[in-house]
Amino acid sequence: MDVTTFVIVSVIKSVIAIIVLLTAVAYSVWLERKVVGHMQNRWGPTRVGPFGLLQPLADGIKFLLKEDLTPPYVYKPLYIAAPMIAVIFALTSISVIPIGNWIYIGDLHIPLQITDVNIGLLIILGITSMGVYGVALAGWSSNSKYSLLGGLRASAQMVSYEISLGLSLIGVLIMSGSFSLRTIVESQQGHFWGFIPKWNIFHGQEIAFFVYLMSAYAETNRVPFDLPEAETELVAGYHTEYSAMKFAMFFMAEYANMITVACLATLLFLGGWNGPLFGPYWLQAVLPVLWFVAKVFCFIFLYIWVRGTLPRFRYDQLMNFAWKFLFPLAIANLIITGLIVALRS
Amino acid sequence: MVPLSYYLILSGILFSCGVVGFLIKRNLITIFMCIELMLNGVNLSFVAFAAHWHALSGQVFVFFVMVVAAAETAVGLAIIIAVFRTRETLNVDQVNLLKL
Amino acid sequence: MLHFLLFSIFGAIAVAGAINLLMQRHPINSALSLIAVMASLAVEYLLLGAEFVAAVQVIVYAGAIMVLFVFVIMLLNAGEEERTDGSRVAALFGIPAMLVGAVLVAWTLLKHSGTGEVALGALPGAPTTIGWLLFHDYLLPFEVTSILVLIAIMGAVVLAARPEATAQRPRKEGA
Repeated sequence: MDVTTFVIVSVIKSVIAIIVLLTAVAYSVWLERKVVGHMQNRWGPTRVGPFGLLQPLADGIKFLLKEDLTPPYVYKPLYIAAPMIAVIFALTSISVIPIGNWIYIGDLHIPLQITDVNIGLLIILGITSMGVYGVALAGWSSNSKYSLLGGLRASAQMVSYEISLGLSLIGVLIMSGSFSLRTIVESQQGHFWGFIPKWNIFHGQEIAFFVYLMSAYAETNRVPFDLPEAETELVAGYHTEYSAMKFAMFFMAEYANMITVACLATLLFLGGWNGPLFGPYWLQAVLPVLWFVAKVFCFIFLYIWVRGTLPRFRYDQLMNFAWKFLFPLAIANLIITGLIVALRS
Repeated sequence: MVPLSYYLILSGILFSCGVVGFLIKRNLITIFMCIELMLNGVNLSFVAFAAHWHALSGQVFVFFVMVVAAAETAVGLAIIIAVFRTRETLNVDQVNLLKL
Repeated sequence: MLHFLLFSIFGAIAVAGAINLLMQRHPINSALSLIAVMASLAVEYLLLGAEFVAAVQVIVYAGAIMVLFVFVIMLLNAGEEERTDGSRVAALFGIPAMLVGAVLVAWTLLKHSGTGEVALGALPGAPTTIGWLLFHDYLLPFEVTSILVLIAIMGAVVLAARPEATAQRPRKEGA
């Protein structure tokens, strides 16, 4: 592929990925409201369109038309930049996530991924680390007690759980031998004993999956770790002073982070797009993408299910859990995985 | 193809900005950040030379510089917090009790 | 051509960030410019082929060390810095001296540049090879730096702890 074709294909892929991701963010908000509503024995949104399916559209219009109030006492440059930083880093990590195998259009051989870098996993970890700035700067620039405390707590929590997040992924890396996300998924092909798929979660990384799950919930500030943004605790935490579109940007960033983490979990632990292929030729080309979407959907449903069910941790319980339980557990998993892989080879 | 000297000049500019900042700034935290800027300039030199001599040791040494910078940042910021608690100021000209 | 273009753009961003760090009065602006410098340096490392070092630069330096700086600036909240006599004198003498030094070094490098050119992605620093080096040739420095990090953690915890917490007082009143 020459340079111009590559650039055009990449631009088209990026545009499609952004549109799909933003729609997924909007509809995961809808899904959450419906599922949590049904768990609480009520309907959730039902009025706007069939089953409330146009509710995200109504929410978007509301956010755009609301009065965008900027309090006079905030530090304006960072106040305006912080939600942008949060959204930019939340949306950037989709660029290394592969959703399916290669497809053939004409004589072009296109991977279903915006770019396949050798260090894809490290890039996602780096973007997660940079996402802390959106929260910290929002809390500080709002120049209010609740925001500052909420921002500090949220960023301290995100930084603490980043460690166990990264360590839980190293077990997977040892077993697949590469940082590239495509290679990790391809190393999970095949079956044990004919019917158990060779996904990493069945292949010895159960503890790593548990640590990853907990760390992911805490990284994205979701229940049971959502103390920094709970309404009953700190008014609204770091986004107290934000309204309308800026608040919507924080919202979008949180759900986009959730989707990214779910995609990463399916790629690393649930086998990515590997699944039984059946049917005619055109169906077999599309089926890996459908398997990937189904697995991501299950993970997001798990997120929402936990939100409807569990109470939240107190802040010191949260930090104790990270430093005194998850971090040693992740290191133990790393040592055991390394030993087993070294002794086998 | 970029000449190696361009990378070294960029690294030198960053390093000298760090030195100038270290000399003219009066806020303790900003002085500390200028130290980090100097370390970053040196890291760029290391990686540029590693690429030039095809020796990966340059990149490995960058790791060690980063680890030492992280350790130094943690301890240095803890000292700055302790100084702020007792002296109530971050201005380095006012932390002068040991001066004659 | 593309290599030179990318090098110049990100080099210019790095230098602009460094100069902005010097010119800003409030430390939070200096911290954000330093983050911009580190991010553009990560791109420069990628241009030299050091992919693992670039990723670690973003994760460790820009994503953890600078977060620590931003925390401390947020917590201490000391405000903008004042110009004192010492800083004026230092600026008067220091900036020209450093400019002279930097120009001298640059001129020497450019004049005697028999040092050759560096290609795009000259030395691919794959994580595997760097890991091999770290655990075979540089094992001793690796272990020593891990002990250094342990000492730094303990030092930071002890230095930043509240004085009332280390003294065994039954109750603490006030701040």
